[in-house]
Amino acid sequence: MVSTTMRVEDQPDLPGAARHTFPHDLDVAALEPSPVKAAAVDFSFYYGSFHALKRVNLPIQEKRVTALIGPSGCGKSTLLRSFNRMHDLYSGNRYEGDIRLYPDNTNILDPRVDPIEVRMRIGMVFQKPNPFPKSIYENVAYGLRLRGERNRSTLDERVEEALKGAALWDEVKDRLQAQATALSGGQQQRLCIARCLATDPEILLFDEPTSALDPIATGSIEELIHQLRARVTILIVTHNMQQAARVSDYTAYMYLGELIEYGQTNQVFLRPQKQATEDYITGRFG
Amino acid sequence: MQQPQLVAIRTIIKSNKRWDLLFGVAGFVALMIGVLTFAALFAQMAYNGWERLTPEFFTNFPSRRAPQAGILSAWVGSLLVMLVTALAAVPLGVAAGTYLEEYAPKNLITDIIEINVTNLAGVPSIVYGLLALGIFVYAFGLGQSILSAGLTLALLILPIVIVATRESIRAIPQHIREGAYGLGATRWQVTRDHIVPYSMPGIMTGVIIGMSRAIGETAPIITIGALTFIAFLPPSPVTPEFPWISFEWLKSGFTVMPIQMFNWTSRPEEAFQQNAAAAGFILVLMTVAMNAIAIWIRYRLRKNIKW
Amino acid sequence: MSDSFTATAQPHSLTPHTVSERLAKKAFRNLKERTIETILLAAAFVSVVATLGIVWVLVSESVHFFANIPVHDFFTDTMWTPLFSEPRYGILPLLLGTVTTSLVALAVAIPLGTTIAIYLSEFANPSIREVVKPFLELLGGIPTIVYGYFALTVVTPLLQALIPSLPGFNMLSAGIVMGIAIIPYVSSLAEDAMRAVPMNMREGSYAMGGTRFQTAINVVVPAALSGVLSAYILGISRAVGETMIVAVAAGMQPNFTMNPMEPAQTISAYIVQVALGDLPHGSIGYQSIFAAGLTLMLMTLAFNILGHLIRRRYREAY
Repeated sequence: MVSTTMRVEDQPDLPGAARHTFPHDLDVAALEPSPVKAAAVDFSFYYGSFHALKRVNLPIQEKRVTALIGPSGCGKSTLLRSFNRMHDLYSGNRYEGDIRLYPDNTNILDPRVDPIEVRMRIGMVFQKPNPFPKSIYENVAYGLRLRGERNRSTLDERVEEALKGAALWDEVKDRLQAQATALSGGQQQRLCIARCLATDPEILLFDEPTSALDPIATGSIEELIHQLRARVTILIVTHNMQQAARVSDYTAYMYLGELIEYGQTNQVFLRPQKQATEDYITGRFG
Repeated sequence: MQQPQLVAIRTIIKSNKRWDLLFGVAGFVALMIGVLTFAALFAQMAYNGWERLTPEFFTNFPSRRAPQAGILSAWVGSLLVMLVTALAAVPLGVAAGTYLEEYAPKNLITDIIEINVTNLAGVPSIVYGLLALGIFVYAFGLGQSILSAGLTLALLILPIVIVATRESIRAIPQHIREGAYGLGATRWQVTRDHIVPYSMPGIMTGVIIGMSRAIGETAPIITIGALTFIAFLPPSPVTPEFPWISFEWLKSGFTVMPIQMFNWTSRPEEAFQQNAAAAGFILVLMTVAMNAIAIWIRYRLRKNIKW
Repeated sequence: MSDSFTATAQPHSLTPHTVSERLAKKAFRNLKERTIETILLAAAFVSVVATLGIVWVLVSESVHFFANIPVHDFFTDTMWTPLFSEPRYGILPLLLGTVTTSLVALAVAIPLGTTIAIYLSEFANPSIREVVKPFLELLGGIPTIVYGYFALTVVTPLLQALIPSLPGFNMLSAGIVMGIAIIPYVSSLAEDAMRAVPMNMREGSYAMGGTRFQTAINVVVPAALSGVLSAYILGISRAVGETMIVAVAAGMQPNFTMNPMEPAQTISAYIVQVALGDLPHGSIGYQSIFAAGLTLMLMTLAFNILGHLIRRRYREAY
């Protein structure tokens, strides 16, 4: 297996960017390198005639959390939703370039690749928790049933495992047959995470998973994401910079459809290389 | 993901997609049943009744000899009944709808009215016939006349007109009203000068749909005692001398198109079946035309008005 | 000229004469507004009056009827023969006729209507919908007498080719055509309910690799359940109240049976039969149609209330 790591110095140098150093020389501990799980390669996206993403090149490290940050409208959600071909559900959208999934080097965006197959390998958690109008058990079992699993005891096992993995088991183990909509917002979101985990996805996409939740629920989800990176690759979009700083290993800053800067989170936040990045991080604009 | 897993997933996906395909076919078949019914209905009546569709068909009275039987009394009756229905249902329905949208406070009386309107929409048409028989024909003494029939059908389509009025009025954005009120207009002035004119196309759509429903109604009209075999026309509404308008026709006996068709359908002779087919063909043409006009108005409305 | 910089500045042209004119105009305008409002309220109240009218007519004539015919006999006698020299007034044959034809109709309308609704909401692209929806509206606007004619002259012969023993008048043919006539109502209401389900819910299923069919069955229909059930209740109400299709195609003979291959008469068809004849006002035959109508109304009312309760129980808040 070929492993590649993308290092801070290897980033594409955009024209007109200036290097900037902080007065303090902070010791930025380097992460242990891991293989690249997926990568956007010269990826562009159009909503009709609107050029929403402009030649994005972004690696996603395996079993790490990568965060996409940037102001409203910068294209981070658009980029995220391209990873599981969600844009295919709506008409008028166009992909250009590749998004490659490793180790089989499949181009997710290839029209010959079945979007359903992509979605069976890559899971997604949404901004507004959207549990199915079913029981808690059936919500988690849904993905397994889609994959043809019928055996009751296997389902029981996998459901329990997934709920434990989402830190929800203790709260719901006595009421698995209750309607999922009876849970609180934070619990519903953890349920949505559990149903994704049940199917062992290769990548888990999070689209602003805590913006609809209160601070306590947010905290528990962030804690969960931190734990989950040991078993699954995570790509998370967040409009909350502090959340990105808390939760992610790598951060990508986007602005107006372009990837401005990418690197280890510590480095991007403490020693950003582009003026634009620093402006956003220090709150010069929102 | 490893290759064997990928292969397993691809097989499952294929089997899942088969259900998709099956349902797509089922949906198409279900739609085709509707299309085929419509086509068969139309074609059969056209084919069967073709011989009868002559100008004389429209100007002949019903007769015991099928080839000479025509729909004169029927279509004139339908026209006159529709006139009464429209004159009763439109002002009533528009006024009621306007009240409910623009004037009604949130209290018990308004709730009661709204529940009743919803209720009336679900009452079987034969029960409207019973209502008319007991009240219009006997209690009010209006007799088995065009007036009774018109009022009955007006009540029947009243919920349709009310709902259409309410929905059109609801589509008018608040800032239009505020603009008018801001200039010092009273509630009635705003309603009369702005709300009703702007909602007219939507209201018209509802009225046309209601009328097309009324034209085809048979059961309530039979119940109040429309005649099934009449060889005369009601007196004309316009007279040759002063005061130029007569109301005698309102009290007259009459028949309508659907009843004439029913009468002919009930006869075993093949020849009368042809008459029935011809009458049905014309009836369907009329209702389809009216519905199509209403749909077209609604379509243009959606495209043109941008608040 | 008065100085108009004070807080209580008055319009320049104000005189006592003008004031009373203005007040008078305002009072008149108020009176006019009030009157108009009352007129509009009266128009809206007509619907209440109509309901009361229906109740009064049905109940008062039924009371006369039940003065002569014991209620117990009415609901348990198995023969409905009001025109015989020894008339019997058991509503059961008519009730069974209504129920059987309605069941056949619903067996057609509910599966087909739901399938069409799901198909239009989840599968069809917008251009197909633009064509199909108006067409379904046209289908629903065809007069029922025409459907009755169609049942008698086209469907019955077709069925007789498949089932040679089928009589010329039968409930199967009437029921099937009734079902087709009801499809547009069921499908349109059900589809509206399904389209109201937000895309966010569907995306959850699609993101897990679900197909359109799986998403429709597992997410959309359960989420839209309240509206879909309402559509079914509407279908039931229409089936029960339907008159002309059965009057033409099912025969006019009351028959104590639930076998759709036989002819029978429904409650509403009976009323039409009596109205076609000549029954003197006040006779027991005349009153019987109101008793029959009351039974019909109670059935429809029961379904409406059921529908209301179902909507309350399953109301989805998005």
